[in-house]
Amino acid sequence: MGEFNRIINPDKINKNNKIRFTFNGKSYVGRKGDTLAAGLLANNVFLVGRSFKYHRPRGIIAAGAEEPGALVQLEQGSHTQPNIRATQIELYDNLIASSVNVWPSVDTDVSAINGLFSRIFTAGFYNKTFMWPRSFWMKLYEPVIRRAAGWGKAPQSTDPDIYDHIHDYPDILVVGGGPAGLSAALVAARAGARVVLVDEGAELGGGLRQLDRIIDQKPSMEWVESVKAELSANPNVKLLSRTVLFGYYDQNYLVAVEHKTDHLPLQERAGKVRQRTWHFRAKRVVLATGAHERPIVFSNNDKPGVMLAGSVLAYLERYQVRCGSEAVYFTNNDSAYESALRLHESGATVKAIIDTRTEVKGELPAKAEAAGIEVIKGSAISKALGRKTVKAIEVRKFSQDKSRLEGAVRRIPCNLVAMSGGWSPVVHLFSQSGGKLTYNSEKACYLPIKIVQNQYVAGSCNGDFLTSECIESGVTAGREASTALGLSVSDQQNMPIVEEVEDQNIEACWMVPGENEDPQQYAKHFVDFQNDTTATDIHLAVKEGFESSEHIKRYTLTGFGTDQGKTSNINALGILSQVLKKPISELPTTTFRPPYTPVSYGALAGRHIGKWSDTIRVTSIHDWHVKNGALFENVGQWHRPWYYPRNGETMQQSLNRECLAVRQGVGVLDASTLGKIEIKGPDAAEFLNLVYTNAWSKLGVGRVRYGLMCREDGMVFDDGTTARLADDHFLMTTTTGNAALVLDWLEEYLQTEWPHLKVFCTSVTEQWSTISIAGPKSRRLLQKLAPHLNLAADDFPFMSFKTTHIDGLECRIFRISFTGELSYEINVPWHAGQKMWDLVMEAGEEFGIAPYGTETMHILRAEKGFIIVGQETDGTMTPQDLGMDWIVSKKKDDFIGKRSFTRADTGADNRKQLVGLLTDNPKEVLPEGAQLVFDRYAPKPMPMVGHVTSSYYSATLERSIALAVVRGGLDKMGERLFAPLEHTTIGATITSPVFYDPEGDRLDGEI
Amino acid sequence: MTKYSIFTIARNALTGHKNWPRQWRSPEPAKDYEVIIVGGGGHGLATAYYLAKEHGVRNIAVLEKGWFGGGNTARNTTIVRSNYLWDESAAIYEKSLQLWEGLSQDINYNVMLSQRGVLNLAHSLGDVREGVRRVNANRLNGVDAEWLDAEAVKEFCPIINISKDARHPVLGATLQRRGGVARHDSVAWGFARAADSLGVDIIQNCEVTGIHQENGRVVGVETTKGTIKSKKIGLVAAGHSSVLAQMAGVRLPIDSHPLQALVSEPIKPVIDCVVMSGAVHVYVSQSDKGELVMGAGIDSYNSYAQRGSFHVIEHQLGACLELFPIFSRVRMMRSWGGIVDTCPDASPIIGKTPVEGLYVNAGWGTGGFKATPGSGWCFAHTLATEQPHPLNAPFSLDRFTTGALIDEHGAAGVAH
Amino acid sequence: MLHISCPWCGPRAETEFRYGGEAHIARPQKPDELDDQQWADFLFMRTNTKGAFAERWYHSHGCRQWFNVIRNTVSHQILAVYKTDEKRPDFPIKGGV
Repeated sequence: MGEFNRIINPDKINKNNKIRFTFNGKSYVGRKGDTLAAGLLANNVFLVGRSFKYHRPRGIIAAGAEEPGALVQLEQGSHTQPNIRATQIELYDNLIASSVNVWPSVDTDVSAINGLFSRIFTAGFYNKTFMWPRSFWMKLYEPVIRRAAGWGKAPQSTDPDIYDHIHDYPDILVVGGGPAGLSAALVAARAGARVVLVDEGAELGGGLRQLDRIIDQKPSMEWVESVKAELSANPNVKLLSRTVLFGYYDQNYLVAVEHKTDHLPLQERAGKVRQRTWHFRAKRVVLATGAHERPIVFSNNDKPGVMLAGSVLAYLERYQVRCGSEAVYFTNNDSAYESALRLHESGATVKAIIDTRTEVKGELPAKAEAAGIEVIKGSAISKALGRKTVKAIEVRKFSQDKSRLEGAVRRIPCNLVAMSGGWSPVVHLFSQSGGKLTYNSEKACYLPIKIVQNQYVAGSCNGDFLTSECIESGVTAGREASTALGLSVSDQQNMPIVEEVEDQNIEACWMVPGENEDPQQYAKHFVDFQNDTTATDIHLAVKEGFESSEHIKRYTLTGFGTDQGKTSNINALGILSQVLKKPISELPTTTFRPPYTPVSYGALAGRHIGKWSDTIRVTSIHDWHVKNGALFENVGQWHRPWYYPRNGETMQQSLNRECLAVRQGVGVLDASTLGKIEIKGPDAAEFLNLVYTNAWSKLGVGRVRYGLMCREDGMVFDDGTTARLADDHFLMTTTTGNAALVLDWLEEYLQTEWPHLKVFCTSVTEQWSTISIAGPKSRRLLQKLAPHLNLAADDFPFMSFKTTHIDGLECRIFRISFTGELSYEINVPWHAGQKMWDLVMEAGEEFGIAPYGTETMHILRAEKGFIIVGQETDGTMTPQDLGMDWIVSKKKDDFIGKRSFTRADTGADNRKQLVGLLTDNPKEVLPEGAQLVFDRYAPKPMPMVGHVTSSYYSATLERSIALAVVRGGLDKMGERLFAPLEHTTIGATITSPVFYDPEGDRLDGEI
Repeated sequence: MTKYSIFTIARNALTGHKNWPRQWRSPEPAKDYEVIIVGGGGHGLATAYYLAKEHGVRNIAVLEKGWFGGGNTARNTTIVRSNYLWDESAAIYEKSLQLWEGLSQDINYNVMLSQRGVLNLAHSLGDVREGVRRVNANRLNGVDAEWLDAEAVKEFCPIINISKDARHPVLGATLQRRGGVARHDSVAWGFARAADSLGVDIIQNCEVTGIHQENGRVVGVETTKGTIKSKKIGLVAAGHSSVLAQMAGVRLPIDSHPLQALVSEPIKPVIDCVVMSGAVHVYVSQSDKGELVMGAGIDSYNSYAQRGSFHVIEHQLGACLELFPIFSRVRMMRSWGGIVDTCPDASPIIGKTPVEGLYVNAGWGTGGFKATPGSGWCFAHTLATEQPHPLNAPFSLDRFTTGALIDEHGAAGVAH
Repeated sequence: MLHISCPWCGPRAETEFRYGGEAHIARPQKPDELDDQQWADFLFMRTNTKGAFAERWYHSHGCRQWFNVIRNTVSHQILAVYKTDEKRPDFPIKGGV
């Protein structure tokens, strides 16, 4: 059939610009610059999809973002994308698309049978049925509903494309590249502002692309080209086409997605960024987002071949596509006459223009009549006829009061119905920005009334529909925005002169009435074309008590489709106002939510996926751990070695080996991830007194102390050791996961509660690599490394530190222990971590040194009953609960958390308390997280008395051990309790949490 | 109340649907009521329904400042589950889930409860420990719960990425098979219709502007529709709890924050369960219409605007694509925000206030939807008997003084 | 994404900051002298203002300074920024847009 509807005008079409594409398995020819919709219409393809509920045939209604019906599955395999609007995708070579949600094909879709039951599938259908029998909903009904649901299909494989994020901070951001936006950008650019102009189209011009205007004595598109040329030449201006501004957030933060490769043939996309999300923080914003045309609601207005009049004009002028050869226009305003005249001039037959208005006086209607087009006034299309596409319409006259149709039915055969119910300003972004709308009855649309951000609204978006008005309001917006930024705007700028015809007369008509008041007459009067909402549904909803517009929308699903109601919301409100017999101005307006049009998750995520979805932090010794087979554990953002399996070892075998190495010889741990904060100033000790539960004033220089921090509510928050480097200088360590939190918390108290304290805090976590050697042979190892150092227990006692050099490296060595063994933490500058680790490994070889990971560290500390914050604690444990009353000062007047200890519940003695557990069977290891009961036979819900917080097999003790919190546990030593698991119950006895070396004899190691 | 069934639909179809009765009346307020419930969301309507049904109180008004069901009831991600850590929470949420399970039949309105199973993913050894702890606690509390390892997670939800190389790998998950989703609007409409049929006046566009007290007890409210008297007032207005309580001079331990959610365009079914990950802030399910319904993280700042910050959504989608790489080309269709009232311990307050006759049901944070019937049931008991039910007694305002908090932070993260 | 003017660094994106909740809740000088109710008030009770709200922000990814902001919690408009040792500027609760 070829390009049946294409007007081959050599002035406008380069015949070498042919593009091949495939739709529903058939091959077609389109032209460069076409959208898929234009290509389909050129090839006389009118049936493009099916509607959601009744699977009625759907064609192409519009030419842009507002299109509700023509959704396609674009491409196949990993490039496939569901629900793409045919009106928004540019044709490229070998594009492949197909209809969505049809089976077996769009032509013979078996689900169209739903249409026969349309009387059953009313709004609220699902609410009222499928309740009995109860089990059938999940088993029978819902699976059927779900299978029928959804439009296109998600890809089944990983996305081959890449996406980007970018940030920009323009002086003036102009949204929309029509006459208003271009004018605003031009004025602002000439004033010297940094301007960004975004436009969703491939080509600037907005409505001028199809409107025949003379601007400054030039055809409109020549004017557009001249403006574009000037803007492009200005280094302060960025023009972003194919860029949809989709979100307007607080304080002029706006987001847009630029489609960089979606218009390219697949083979040209590799390696390029597919879509880029722009994040703008603009000093001023000009919204020039234009207007969308509204359909008129009449019977069978959803038939393929029924289109918006302005879109018919757009296809004609932009793509040289005649959407029909025999057209009928249906309008309530003058703008459709321009479309009719031009279609007529293109050689198509305009059989009639049916105008709902009784009095039609404008210049355009006069021109149409002069051109010999029949204008039928005070009438309406009562019905469109045709099975898969429109074949004819029926016309009837309005009654005097316009409440119904009456008189003879006249049938007019046609293959195109071009309708115009008026124009709705695209106020989506304005509304998102917090702006308020008001209904303007003269223009029959909602207009911006109250602006709340640094913003200007221009052009059709502001109800300035004429091209001259667009340019004027654009120039004004550009001038005001520039002036507000202190830029001077030259008075020399003449307002361009526009030659055009007034086309703005309108008389609202939300719906074509029937013969009487029976709402069933409107069962084919479609309001929302995608979700099959009809005027009947709105009537029924009101009848059932749904009166708020939000209720109606939700009950009937109006505006909940992928088009978000761009063509349906206002008509629905208009119809609702008629049903409720209230003026539309009294109905609350819809709030628009981002995004303006759908945005891919890929574009939203940008590069924040995979390894980049969250920062990864590693120590300076990380590569060694990797090379030596460590498995890793994520702790906060850190990757920490978990354990180091050797050939063929199970995890438990590795742990046993690592534990015994520490208990019998020496082990080494990379402890660099622990948070390290320097605290300096004359009041540093006083500050520590306030943030730790214990006392710090008397800690000597060179000594180290363990401390516990609580939140103000008395619950343990973090712990660690702090060393006194000098009188006014401490080095605090924190847990790995809480390092940043603790620093923030210290700053908070210092700055907001105790600003009189002279203290500074600085994070030095990544200044120092920390290598911890532990085990009875660790002194001999350290002595080998530092022969000059006196390591005798009385010279370098437990809980002290020394500063020295090893192999030329500056070192701080802390004698502290988290294992119960003699232990030294060697701190060296971060960059020297690997070197020191190598020295330790080399020197340790003769002692059988073994690297160990976090799991072995956990076992060793559990054998000693040391807590891990976040494991033994969960934000509900006090120091007393942990059996650590010894670290809570009784002498200090105040410290964070102190006051809370005496509250009724916090001070109670039957709280959950930390204890040890020994299982009846020493080989059996309780699962961590097992819940504990005293009465194993109690019925559910069983009274639980606590849970297992840590549990391991201890190679040292040759049996399992566990730490647990148990209600009143400190007073229940020796009592038995049970852990009822899914398939078994484990019995255990409550003990002290210190399982190993309770006297601390091993702290001094081998001499 | 007209009984809804396929037969009534068929019968009405034959008569052109002209004879459907109103689902609820649209009454003007009377001068006084035995009980006034401030807030016509799911919780308020459920409270009115159970007050009327279980306690025989008929003289009830529900005052709604906008359209009922228009607050968080209309803005959540519709997840229903009861697998909470602490005994107190498990008990009240389990009560709620049991009510959910018979709700469509009870109120003769299909709320489309779909028990597709809820996975809570674990991404670190700490998460695993917490997950196992919760599963064990749930089981002993009589709440169904299972622990799945990564392979079993993959089997239950085949499109999930369990690669060990993922930035936050899936190490396992808790599964509550009885958890799932329900249709949020239907819940509000169903409770409204059922309450209305028992004589409850649901008064829309009626904003409470003041609370009248005499001698330390409430006597009525001032509204945009005039003064309405009552000696018993229940505040159930999520997103405005503090504002209302302030009218009676009561301060609450509540901060209001924006919480955003979003849906994709409808696609053919790809995910058959609910997947939640508190650690990376992903909450996703697929609706009966085919939309992927997702909750984002909570915004940090206080707000009464029903919108949040865009970076929260971007952050969430990055994490989402880690878990579900095939969603990359799916598109976000709509996003919106609600206002969540959060308590310091992430648990609600249901009970008396220092003002006699004034009761509060607030602070459900991100978890209110699933609690709707249970919350209403308990609050109705409290209002009717002037004493908390044992299920809600632990959730008193008093706990902030004694320290007996019910801290669900650790286990739930942002608990949708 | 709020745009917050740090008093030391100038206007920056919200993501550089940490939120600190309601401002001007001073920690009691002598907690021991408060009864449980008063202590609970300090710990937990908040005004949660709808309208002009004084709150704390911390420039955690910048100068690490805490400061106060008055922000309208309905419009999110920032009405004032001031240092912790400065007096709260006077804004009626209904201040701003």
